[in-house]
Amino acid sequence: MTKIVEQHPLSKYLRASMMPHIWCSGCGNGIILNSFVHALDELQMDLNKLVVVSGIGCIGRAAGYTNVDSYHTTHGRPIAFATGVKLANPKLEVIVISGDGDLFAIGGNHFIHAARRNIGVKVICANNFNYGMTGGQVGPTTPPEAITTTTPYGNIEHPFNLVHLAAAAGATYVARWTTLHVRMLTMSIKKLLQRKGFSFIEVISPCPETFGRRNKMRTGPEMMEWFKKASVIEKFSDPAKAEITTERIVVGEFVDVEKPTYEELLHEKMAQIMKEGG
Amino acid sequence: MAWEKAVLTGAHFMSGDIACAEGAIAAGCRFFAGYPITPATEIAEHIAARMPKIGGIYIQMEDEIASIVAVIGASYAGLKAMTATSGPGFSLMQENIGLAAMTETPCVIVDVMRGGPSTGQPTLPGQQDVMQAKWGSHGDYEIIALAPSSVQEMFNLTIEAFNLSETYRVPTIVMADEVVAHMWEKIVIPPLEEIKVVNRKKPNTPPQKYLPFMPDDDLVPPMACFGEGYRFHATGLTHDEHGHPQTQSSEVQTKLVRRLCDKIRKNADKIIRVEEKMLEDADIVVVAYGIVARASLSTVRKAREKGIKAGLLRLVTLWPFPEKHVAKAAERAKAIIVPEMSCGQMVREVERAAKETPVFHLSKLGGEPHTPMEILEFMRRSQ
Repeated sequence: MTKIVEQHPLSKYLRASMMPHIWCSGCGNGIILNSFVHALDELQMDLNKLVVVSGIGCIGRAAGYTNVDSYHTTHGRPIAFATGVKLANPKLEVIVISGDGDLFAIGGNHFIHAARRNIGVKVICANNFNYGMTGGQVGPTTPPEAITTTTPYGNIEHPFNLVHLAAAAGATYVARWTTLHVRMLTMSIKKLLQRKGFSFIEVISPCPETFGRRNKMRTGPEMMEWFKKASVIEKFSDPAKAEITTERIVVGEFVDVEKPTYEELLHEKMAQIMKEGG
Repeated sequence: MAWEKAVLTGAHFMSGDIACAEGAIAAGCRFFAGYPITPATEIAEHIAARMPKIGGIYIQMEDEIASIVAVIGASYAGLKAMTATSGPGFSLMQENIGLAAMTETPCVIVDVMRGGPSTGQPTLPGQQDVMQAKWGSHGDYEIIALAPSSVQEMFNLTIEAFNLSETYRVPTIVMADEVVAHMWEKIVIPPLEEIKVVNRKKPNTPPQKYLPFMPDDDLVPPMACFGEGYRFHATGLTHDEHGHPQTQSSEVQTKLVRRLCDKIRKNADKIIRVEEKMLEDADIVVVAYGIVARASLSTVRKAREKGIKAGLLRLVTLWPFPEKHVAKAAERAKAIIVPEMSCGQMVREVERAAKETPVFHLSKLGGEPHTPMEILEFMRRSQ
């Protein structure tokens, strides 16, 4: 029987006062946020112990839209901020939701060092292949030959393979999905939330307004068509071989290992020092 | 030393950097994120050795940008937090000092000044960052900056920096110089109960009614921290009392930025501290800060011996600028001398406050502080 409810069952996870959101029609950010709050709901996470941090960019607004403690940093710095939060209060679950430009161009150094240290911070990256908020410039994940406002004759830069980068830097959980793989993405975010160490999910996300329309994919569905055609689900395949091309987007989990986190080792060390005395 | 204690009460022989680290710990700092840089490295080294013994966190970040941002994160998670650096690192931190100002984050930044610009003179003192401390980040905002002149003050003023930053929810900067940082002197650390420690105001409203950026009468909003159940948002964007971005509203921008400035400007009399020596009848006033103020005091004494009515106005607070104190000293004085290890920075503020009284700048570069005799000679010529 149909049940009539006053409110959407997930509305408690969002700040209604921040709506309407700023995202364009056809954008994938809403799907990512939707998956995220579904994962929170399925795990019945304690919202008072959750902190969402974002940097600058379209997806950077996600922190404000999530109804938990949240902080919107300067460009590129959410992981450094999250590191401070996590070390100051390891009981908090600290999630970074940000974009490819924020996390891997201006903030790339913080990403690799947080992964190397295995800080227990969880990172979800919306990769839309360009700088959407500023109108569609080339970024560190823009595919070769793609047209952007700053590569009007085609991109000559080699893009980052983010899952390979994350795995090489030491992330303990690494996965990639597209916004077409909503259920897998939600499952993956649940895993990310349950892991202790530095965990990373790349979500390939459509940006028809500033990327797609310059690259023969004018609408969200057209971009999703590309994801559908090109995606290949693999289980723990070599992230080095997971470069994104027009023909092939390898999705799935790449890494899922356990190793001591920075904060665990730190507190172990502190306990040992205090035991040995002054 | 009994390093499991937070406050090492007693007399010690210490360097300024170590005293600064001890001051931070005594003030309740339990989070330090930094990056090695001469001449501030010893602060990080000492804190790295001390923090684990008292349950505090030390982390060496990948750069100074990460350091200041981690400090902001730790402060929002409820700890008193600090970083320490020198000119090049201070430059890297500027954008996020603006973020700390915008999101009203209590935190302390120590800048041990060396000769600049760029890599400059890493091992030698300078006073070339004092305008950067005030104006370094883009946009209108206010910070507080203090200038220690001794190892004892590296301890005392670091505590005061924490107290001010917690009171006003503002980044507070300890503007030391290489000499004060590396010099070893006797210092006395008082008993724990004699050290005044201020903690940030907490909200007394229930979470549903809490507005994270709604100020009290003192223009400072009470601060909830992450994990306390308030579930609030903070952003570097222009925001209203809810912490929600309001980037198109001229009203919200005006109200917010005016308050960020006014909470310091209108409380300036409470914040500002100077040291006045022999000013009552002074014809010639030396205005100085940091290590240069030590030489200046010696100059003033020598001048008095020679019958010159000299006095010293030492700026303990650099920002907000002690305008009234300078103006008052200038009323009586025939001339003001500003010895500074720069091409002329604070002298501009002194000139502005001194109005008609002539101000003479004794600039010294090269990494050696002024000697008392140099200042005395200049004083004679300026009479």
